[in-house]
Amino acid sequence: MAQEMLYWQALNRAMDIEMEEDDSVFVLGEDVGLYGGSYRVTDGLYAKYGEWRVRDTPISEGGFTGVGVGAALVGMRPIVEIMTINFAMLALDSIVNGAAKISLMSGGQFPVGLVVRVPGGAAHQLAAQHAQRLEQMFMNVPGLRIAVPSTPQDAYWQLRQAIASDEPIVVLEHELLYFVKGMVDIVAEPPPMHRAAVRRPGKDLTIVSYSRMALLAQEAAAELAKEGIDAEVIDLRSLKPIDWDTCATSINKTHRLLVVEEDCRFAGAGAEMLASLTERCFFSFDAPPQRLAGLDIPTPYNGALEAASIPRVADIVDAARTLCKPAQKAAE
Amino acid sequence: MSEFKMPALGADMDHGTLVEWLKQPGDHLTRGDIIAVVETDKGAVEVEVFEDGTLERLIAKPGERLPVGAPIAIIRDVGERAPSAPATPQAPTPPPVPPLAPRVATAAAPLRAAPQPSHTHRISPLARRRAKELGIDPDALVGSGPGGAVSVADVEAVARAAPPPAAVSAPAPSPASAPAPSAVPVMRSVIGAAMARSKREIPHYYLSHTVDLEPALRWLEAANLKRPMAERMLYGVLLLKAVALTLREFPELNGQFVNNQFKASAAIHLGVAISIRQGGLIAPAIHDVDKRNLSDLMAAFRDLVRRARAGSLRSSELSDGTITVTSLGEQGVEGIFPIIYPPQVAIVGFGAIASRPWVVGDAIEPRRVITASLSGDHRVSDGHRGGRFLAALGGLLQEPGKL
Repeated sequence: MAQEMLYWQALNRAMDIEMEEDDSVFVLGEDVGLYGGSYRVTDGLYAKYGEWRVRDTPISEGGFTGVGVGAALVGMRPIVEIMTINFAMLALDSIVNGAAKISLMSGGQFPVGLVVRVPGGAAHQLAAQHAQRLEQMFMNVPGLRIAVPSTPQDAYWQLRQAIASDEPIVVLEHELLYFVKGMVDIVAEPPPMHRAAVRRPGKDLTIVSYSRMALLAQEAAAELAKEGIDAEVIDLRSLKPIDWDTCATSINKTHRLLVVEEDCRFAGAGAEMLASLTERCFFSFDAPPQRLAGLDIPTPYNGALEAASIPRVADIVDAARTLCKPAQKAAE
Repeated sequence: MSEFKMPALGADMDHGTLVEWLKQPGDHLTRGDIIAVVETDKGAVEVEVFEDGTLERLIAKPGERLPVGAPIAIIRDVGERAPSAPATPQAPTPPPVPPLAPRVATAAAPLRAAPQPSHTHRISPLARRRAKELGIDPDALVGSGPGGAVSVADVEAVARAAPPPAAVSAPAPSPASAPAPSAVPVMRSVIGAAMARSKREIPHYYLSHTVDLEPALRWLEAANLKRPMAERMLYGVLLLKAVALTLREFPELNGQFVNNQFKASAAIHLGVAISIRQGGLIAPAIHDVDKRNLSDLMAAFRDLVRRARAGSLRSSELSDGTITVTSLGEQGVEGIFPIIYPPQVAIVGFGAIASRPWVVGDAIEPRRVITASLSGDHRVSDGHRGGRFLAALGGLLQEPGKL
């Protein structure tokens, strides 16, 4: 029984249901309580569950994320909201040295069922310090899992799965997705949390993407279809682990790969994807696998420059064309 | 340090005129680079270098006419220090900076007879794999993929062109749908590539043996009298069966040479060279020829010829032959010395049947004879065994009842 929701509403519903079912689930972060969250995600929860379970914290990411880790160690199921990924730097010690390691170092005696919800991405003209993505920073930390929902349905499913999990999970949201609409079925059985989704089947090339770029990739695929290029679009949904099998199956069918990421190209998430998929699928490739990524620059404040610094639909279309119809491209 | 000399660009050339230098002192040279253009009696020729190094100094000037063998430039070997550098070890010459990408002289490339070496000719991993499956030499193809790489579409286009487009024999949907004009040239380039590879890689030896075909033909004519017209057999089928049965004793002629290794095949899949009406030929295989009876073989042969000309062959038939048989039967010449179809290691040829005076016992009789030939791969077998094969084949054809 699906209903239309905004992305933030889907996250909100997921937390509401989990908090209703389990007293150990609680939310903490900056402005999550009285204000209802910078992106409205915790809207209404303070009124419903009170200040003990929806806790406003000082502007101290290192402190409150550490509280979250400690609470998880004693059996609670904290949901830490960090206002943006840019501020998550201050919380890295708790996440990397705490949450990601303690279960292993205690021989499994202390599982850390922590959820860190954090939005990232270039929104509109928030300037270099507020327009980062940084997913590759977490990808390189063993012991963490990373979910990157692109749709309200996935946001709902994956946040619920993250809360129910005994492992530390970072849910990377995107600032430009909060007000995207989509159908959400709140009772349907979700796919495994880290299973990639084939958003559009195709035979000519595989576009692997995640988060907001997965939506752009689908728009690009619709454009490409008009000129006879049939792109398969894979939304990874998870950056750690990555569902390589779904990607490899697709590449073995299409023989071409384009990875699209918003984050900077150098040593980014896409670099890992290209490397791993080339190892798996080398003999299947009919063209060099390609990455399309953000430029290796601090995000410009200027609106036109900002837009040009990350992949746009037209860029994806162009890159796909180059892969599929190089001769035609050259003739243009 | 070595001298680069005016090359002999033809057996009768004794002088050449330097037209222009295409490299300058200090340029890094890779074996195969075009270094200069030299005018000969036959026209301007691009001159390649045959070693890696750095161009140290030009000796000849454009316009200069020089005898073959005269030094025209000095090339510094890889790792060798420039002599002009100060002798003090504190000031080493920076090593030559290799070009970032292999340079391909695009204008010169089509002029070269040999295919580009594979390190400059880009082939996608998938295209390479598919070409191998189809028995096509990807080095000979022109690429349409990114960066001019050969893509799987290029390989498959050639494979499709090899059997001619179905439009040729199928009822034409409209008068406008003539066969693709490029089909025959493409097929010709495929044949050229395969045969060039064969001649380049396979040390051929050639044998021939004239066989009295009279007993086999009489036996066949008698057998055909008992058959309805539609089931009558062609003598070619006898030859195929005889070749297959004889091969059982000569495993070194039956198989494929892959990755520098010969793999004999227990199964005997005879590739049959079939000429295509609009030009070119193709050699799809009939499987397990030694195990089939003649009627079955005749049916398989008819089917194969029909499908080859209709362009509906299966790719496996085009790539899994273990030896090929070619016959110029109707063309009227006595003998053929065929080129082996890689990765196979032998090919058997038959000329036309001809009536010849033949010594039978102590008498001379007119007999119908045929010249069987064998081209073998010296990497795998030699003429001694090849000769035994032809002799055994000839012997078997004297006893057609065994076929």
